[in-house]
Amino acid sequence: MIPFQYVRPKQQKAAIDALARDNNAMFIAGGTNLLDLMKRYVVVPQKLVDINQLPLHNIEQLNGGIRIGALVTNTALAEHKLIKEKYPLLSQAVVSGASAQLRNMATVGGNMMQRTRCYYFYDTALPCNKREPGTGCGALDGVNRMHAIFGFSDKCIAVHPSDMSVALAALDATVQVSGPKGERSIAFTDFHRLPGEQPEKDTNLHKNELITSVFIPDAPFARNACYLKVRERASFAFALVSVAAALDISNNSIREARLAMGGVAHKPWRLFKAEKTLKGMPVSEASFRQAAAVAMEGARAFEHNAYKIKMAPETIVHALKTAAGIV
Amino acid sequence: MRKVVMGDRLDRVEGQLKVTGVARYAAEYNLPGVAHGVLVTSSIPRGRISKIDTKAAERAPGVLAVVTHENAPEVPGYEASVNNEGSRVYGQEFRLFYDDKILHNFQPVALVVADTYERAVHGAFLVSIGYEKELHNTSLRDNLDDAFTPADQKDHKRGRPDAYKEAPVLVEQEYHTPIQVHNPMETHSTTALWEGDKKVKVYNKTQATKISQKEISKAFDLEKENVEAHSPFVGGAFGSSSRLWPQEMAAIMGAKVTGRPVKVMLMRDQVFNMVGYRPASVQYFSVGATAEGKLLGIAHHARGFTSRYEQFTERLLDPTKSMYSCPNMDTSYKLVSLDMSTPCWTRGPGETSGSFALESAMDELAYALKMDPLELRKINYAEKDPENDKPWSSNYLLQCYERGAERFGWSRRNPEPRSMREGEWLVGLGMASGIYKAARDRAEARVKLLADGSVLLRSAVADVGPGSATIFTQIAADRLGLPMEKVRFEWGNSVFPYAPGQFGSHTTASVGSAVYEVCTDLKQRLQELAVNQPGSPLYGAQAADLFFEGNTLKTKTGNASLRYADVLELHALKELEVSRESRGGPELDEFSSKSFCANFVEVRVHAATGEVRVAKVVSAVDAGKIMNHKTAESQVYGSVVWGIGIALMEEGIIDHRFGRHLNNDLADYHVPINADVPDIDVIFTDLEDPIVDPMGAKGIGEIPLIGFTAAIANAVYHATGKRITKLPITPDKLL
Ligand SMILES: Cc1cc2nc3c(=O)[nH]c(=O)nc-3n(C[C@H](O)[C@H](O)[C@H](O)COP(=O)(O)OP(=O)(O)OC[C@H]3O[C@@H](n4cnc5c(N)ncnc54)[C@H](O)[C@@H]3O)c2cc1C
Repeated sequence: MIPFQYVRPKQQKAAIDALARDNNAMFIAGGTNLLDLMKRYVVVPQKLVDINQLPLHNIEQLNGGIRIGALVTNTALAEHKLIKEKYPLLSQAVVSGASAQLRNMATVGGNMMQRTRCYYFYDTALPCNKREPGTGCGALDGVNRMHAIFGFSDKCIAVHPSDMSVALAALDATVQVSGPKGERSIAFTDFHRLPGEQPEKDTNLHKNELITSVFIPDAPFARNACYLKVRERASFAFALVSVAAALDISNNSIREARLAMGGVAHKPWRLFKAEKTLKGMPVSEASFRQAAAVAMEGARAFEHNAYKIKMAPETIVHALKTAAGIV
Repeated sequence: MRKVVMGDRLDRVEGQLKVTGVARYAAEYNLPGVAHGVLVTSSIPRGRISKIDTKAAERAPGVLAVVTHENAPEVPGYEASVNNEGSRVYGQEFRLFYDDKILHNFQPVALVVADTYERAVHGAFLVSIGYEKELHNTSLRDNLDDAFTPADQKDHKRGRPDAYKEAPVLVEQEYHTPIQVHNPMETHSTTALWEGDKKVKVYNKTQATKISQKEISKAFDLEKENVEAHSPFVGGAFGSSSRLWPQEMAAIMGAKVTGRPVKVMLMRDQVFNMVGYRPASVQYFSVGATAEGKLLGIAHHARGFTSRYEQFTERLLDPTKSMYSCPNMDTSYKLVSLDMSTPCWTRGPGETSGSFALESAMDELAYALKMDPLELRKINYAEKDPENDKPWSSNYLLQCYERGAERFGWSRRNPEPRSMREGEWLVGLGMASGIYKAARDRAEARVKLLADGSVLLRSAVADVGPGSATIFTQIAADRLGLPMEKVRFEWGNSVFPYAPGQFGSHTTASVGSAVYEVCTDLKQRLQELAVNQPGSPLYGAQAADLFFEGNTLKTKTGNASLRYADVLELHALKELEVSRESRGGPELDEFSSKSFCANFVEVRVHAATGEVRVAKVVSAVDAGKIMNHKTAESQVYGSVVWGIGIALMEEGIIDHRFGRHLNNDLADYHVPINADVPDIDVIFTDLEDPIVDPMGAKGIGEIPLIGFTAAIANAVYHATGKRITKLPITPDKLL
């Protein structure tokens, strides 16, 4: 690591100002991703603005939904009574990520902002357009077993690693942010970006903006929800493929569906078209297979990740069956 | 006072020190004035350093020195001509900071020493290096045509090597295993301290204090007595700490340059290609049998790789040569030289990869024959070692099969692949056999009886985790009739009596024998002293009339007795010391000594996603007489857990375009976590081997791993009907 300044403001405004004053400053929350990146010189901030003292630690019931403070830890989120009751999908997604120790430190804001786990991004001796624009994408013709099958560009084929974000994308959440120019809210599905020509930009958060909270609207998906994560060991591994599936079922027919995938794209991959397909269909494996086929339209694989094209639809079907209670 | 016997389930003598954090590891010696060294490593696999700029680092706060090939202190051993006589690895050892050549990626090219660790890390970042790249090769599979027979290898052939080709039933298959990395919890560390310029002391992560001492004295041209290697606690090693590595050389050089003690601890990414690993293998395997399943011939051609500067060889073919009765055999083992660091011994070095091929092929053969895989193994049981026709010193493999199968419930297995299911999970049952040498080496031990009747026992042996210190305390307590508290065992120090390195599963047989025998000698000596001293209640007693009960020498008539301490008092001795060198006799050569095992595994494979979970393991092991059931079971657990890792997830991934590891951390190099490990049921035959050593014990540290990965692959085949021949068995291969 290189020497850096460290400040710990108590007020939100002070935190944003502290960041804006230096070109090379970063927020630090749980530090579980940022410190790893700093130890490897993938990011080298000269100043850290520790935001843990800001009053963003609460989960509150509001009219029409629930607001989750950006500093709520992943553990607190997953175990919160309201979340378990109303959004079991989110709770399941969060506990499927990382380890208990990491979840105790990791925060909602940090989790959304975590960087890709692409090997080439992590090693400064290798090319990576995301880390160092213009150096090329190491994964494109390299080891790309973990990489994207949707929405990639020839500049970057990395995937977003968060599990929590896949559930939030499915649940129509919005992100509340605050910056030098004031507050705004961003639809969760618009928060993360596709790589396009600028893979160095993971999100649409502007410079010096702070995530303050995430809002999830009330929705009838508590009963039939499943987050299914496929990985080669039972826990503590990033998803090969994951699926967030939630259904609103009435009389064995699907009123509404929410579907998103992780491990397949540069952002949580919401499956709007497949959701539409499911609307009004009977609860059956055949319906789910049809939706999965729609979901996979446009998927394209690289040398080592063709398995995802087989694994993803199977995982969608299985997640939907589990959500519907028909396994 | 409870009598201690060999075999008792006793807690580790050092257990409390470890769990309370009192035990100190190599990087935890905060000697006065200690400085911290951090290695800078190369970012290319081959070429030369064209420029190395250390100015910024030297100017950074707290930095005491930057050592590179341009200013490194002289290492006389590096100038010596290569002498491979008696060396374990042929070739020119890696020479740290010797010249500008880059021989592998992550090669250490500079050491930054600073007053704190953080400042050393920062200094290391500031060293700037320019390279001239050369073309490199790091792929075994792309360079198989360049394979050569290593200097220390002879192809083993017997009978008609081609016989398998004419067999009525023939299975031919190619198996691949990837690079696997030891990844002990404690990364490789050394704290070095010079006392003048003729004497050096190291607190070292090593499996062999005597090897450390020898190699350091050779490198720096020091008297052996002037090199002290301490290694009382080691946080796992698995073979990776059995020769001299760059962090040891760097700490010693850094200490020389700065005049202060220096500690160097490798970062996790540095252990992947600097301090050894298990090399990948490509294996061509053919096995032919009669229609009744009797083996007619085997051909096993294994290819491994090594560095460009040394020939590291491992025992890939050993299980094939000895496991089954098979009259005809053709084997070969060749290496490809790559721009990689030299691999090194890794738990079951060779046997682990080789047995994956052998035991997978046996399973394939069983299906080809429509025969139960266990039955196939039984009918090919070898009555003596087919490699050399020597009788076994002991072999209870058949008992392992019987008891393992019974405990596991092998009979519930429907032989048809994909026939067993539990909900969305396909169920598979598989098994495999294992064989591993039960060796014994020369060792010494010294025991000192103290005035209070307790003893102090010493050996240079390391205890890297298997529980050796506990076992030796236990053997001594058993032999001397003392409670555990009355035996103090000191180990892990090169000034203590000679012990071989703790590898090759031969520590108990080697050092245990020395302990056993030195205790017998002590009792003998005490008996002499008791009967030859006028005034002794046992004066003049005949040996035949005497016996020991606990710590007391008694006459059979029961009218006189002497405790150990009384004997010392009688002779006005403060203490009594006895040393002993132990080595087996000619019988060791007349017999073939091996440990055996049979592993039974149940897996679940998710029908939709291809995820594999191990549901149950029964490991039946013939390792002779068990010295301590608790520590022995832990050895089996360790093997099984690693076996699950090797079978299902471990793979050191290299991008050959850059010749560089990609997943060199524990987030990406997956090892099993608790949730991956099922109930492990351990069965020991616990029957004495009459030849190997006086305790009747055979090696146990590696045997349960041999064949284990094949047991999983076989279970996966049974579950899914898919034969996976390239490890690891990840979900993508099962879709
Ligand atoms: C070994 C390992 C395994 C893991 N496995 C998984 C997994 O399986 N699934 C998974 O989803 N995750 C996994 N993670 C990632 C983990 O979830 C993230 O590290 C964690 O959520 C990051 O949260 P944090 O609070 O520690 O963020 P930090 O490390 O503190 O920050 C991360 C980034 O977010 C920015 N940031 C933080 N808070 C804010 C805010 N309020 N506003 C704006 N920017 C902000 C920081 O500036 C920084 O750039 C794993 C991590 C590790 C180390």
